[in-house]
Amino acid sequence: MKNRTFFWFILPSLITMVLFIALPIVSVALQSLHIEHEAVMVEVENCGPFGCKQELQVDVEETAKLKKERPLGQFNGLGTYTNRNHLAVAEIGEAWQSSNGFADFISKALNLPFYRALAFTLTYTFVVTPLVLIFGFMIALGVNTLPKRIKGPTIFISLLPMIVTPLIGALILFWMIDANGVIGSTLQWIFDDPDLSLKASPTLTWIMLMVYGVWHSAPFAFIVFYAGLQTVPSDTMEAAMIDGASRWERTRYVVLPHLMPLTVFISLIQLMDNFRVLEPIISFSAQASATSLSWIIYNDLVGTESQFFGSAGATSVLTILGVAILLIPVLIRTWRDFNQKVV
Amino acid sequence: MSDIVHRRSPVLNMVIWGLVLVWIVAAGFPFLWTLWGSFKVQGDFFSKADWTNAITGARTQIETGAAFTGKGYYGAWVTQEFWRAVLNTMLIVVSVVIISLTLGTLGGYALARSGKKYAFYLLMLALVFRAMPHITLVSGYLLPFFEWNLWGHLPTTIIVMVAINQPFTLWMLHSFFLNIPKDLDESAMVDGCTRFQAFRHVIVPVMWPGVVTTGLFSFLLAYNDFTVTATLLSQANQTMVPKIASFLGTTQTEGNVMFAVAAVVSATAPLFVLILFFQRQIVSGLTAGAVKG
Repeated sequence: MKNRTFFWFILPSLITMVLFIALPIVSVALQSLHIEHEAVMVEVENCGPFGCKQELQVDVEETAKLKKERPLGQFNGLGTYTNRNHLAVAEIGEAWQSSNGFADFISKALNLPFYRALAFTLTYTFVVTPLVLIFGFMIALGVNTLPKRIKGPTIFISLLPMIVTPLIGALILFWMIDANGVIGSTLQWIFDDPDLSLKASPTLTWIMLMVYGVWHSAPFAFIVFYAGLQTVPSDTMEAAMIDGASRWERTRYVVLPHLMPLTVFISLIQLMDNFRVLEPIISFSAQASATSLSWIIYNDLVGTESQFFGSAGATSVLTILGVAILLIPVLIRTWRDFNQKVV
Repeated sequence: MSDIVHRRSPVLNMVIWGLVLVWIVAAGFPFLWTLWGSFKVQGDFFSKADWTNAITGARTQIETGAAFTGKGYYGAWVTQEFWRAVLNTMLIVVSVVIISLTLGTLGGYALARSGKKYAFYLLMLALVFRAMPHITLVSGYLLPFFEWNLWGHLPTTIIVMVAINQPFTLWMLHSFFLNIPKDLDESAMVDGCTRFQAFRHVIVPVMWPGVVTTGLFSFLLAYNDFTVTATLLSQANQTMVPKIASFLGTTQTEGNVMFAVAAVVSATAPLFVLILFFQRQIVSGLTAGAVKG
């Protein structure tokens, strides 16, 4: 295809991506270096029945004017990055010096909002992703052995948790695990503890969020693996059987290697999607015990009184850095594959 | 392969059946439960006394005189004006799907036929863009949108969602176009067509299966989105998902959780129908990227 033709074909798509994906990244970086204006104060003489007093007052007009002139706010350099709500350099340094032992330091660091969110986001990503792979694979193996007639309906039901809106799916689970909901009250009955509430304990909330994550994403892994199972080469399989390989050995040495590229694909998609976890936290109202990086940004943006663009920008830049670190191994690998293909 | 089935031991069979059964219950039961419960009163849906009340509807019978009630639906659709949100969602979703597919087919076709190095770089760039958490992008839009008075309107949200879906759409259509033989459009060009004419008259008629599948996923991305719609739309233009999220804040305190339950069921129903009719396309779409990838 000629370069010119290619350019015209790709142009509309490229324009939207540059305008609404590339530029916002720049805009986020710019915002993160600025901070909201402080209110302009004026000294006014306030005269009452008991004489006159000098008072400081917020000059609403001037403040609005300043905001209009420089909507980004005032330049703050890296100040937002290092403050308590983000990297908290001073607090971490102090915690490092004052803490007696590594565990103590970690627990102090986890009291800081950014590190708390980072801890949950990373735990969520690296617990849910492998579990999704394992469960998806097991379900795929199971469904593959079913009689043809019930395969269709099984796949239909399996698709539900993935296709349904994440916020809604999480809500449905949340209502069921409510202390008065069907799962919540069953658990109370099993453990014989009428005060058992999955919402009250931070550990249980983390577990519930991850259970939701696996429930939501396992169908994706299942479908991909299931499709992969249909293409397992039957002659390799028969050869393995003639050589006397047991069922387990066939799965381990024929099926698994065949599905390896799919595993890489699912992990990549899952890492990207789990790293941005937001909806279940909102559905579960779990912000007291679990916050994610996406959640802190969301919280800064939808604040009731005012929005903190500087703070949201700084967290966004840090999140993008996190995504970049996650993606680098994949990109390097693809790069190598591509160059080999060309040679 | 029937001899394999014969050789499976009964114990293994039991384990497999058990596993599949547990999964089906885990995947399907929550939806069935919520659908059934949405026709009850709150006292039954969250039953302190006995969970079987949610099935029989004991409190519902006392409060309304029948075992089923449509109060939740009335409250959500009429009192809380959920129908507005439904209309907004329909507008957004239809526009997003149409625009994404138009831009995506042109771009995906070019990427599939180019074979140059920069096409590969563009695909990699799209992959990086695909990985960006949506909320980080949104925090980049908000301030400029406020400044230029673009915030809160449906068209703004539509174009933003088209852009966010573009990397995914490009990847998917790119892999579909790779499956259409090159000879087809190249022979048309030998016969004197320009590249665009070849695309218009030869490729467009045969691309529909791929476009339908990609369209389904664009539909799902737009329909299920929370991040963009919750932050970029004003109260009046709210779509279903943020509307349901806002129910949580207001109605939980007023004891109107059943409104939210009814709204949730209403929003899930179209997805049900979608899977029912397009199961094959969804499955093939999920695997298309994987097999090529």
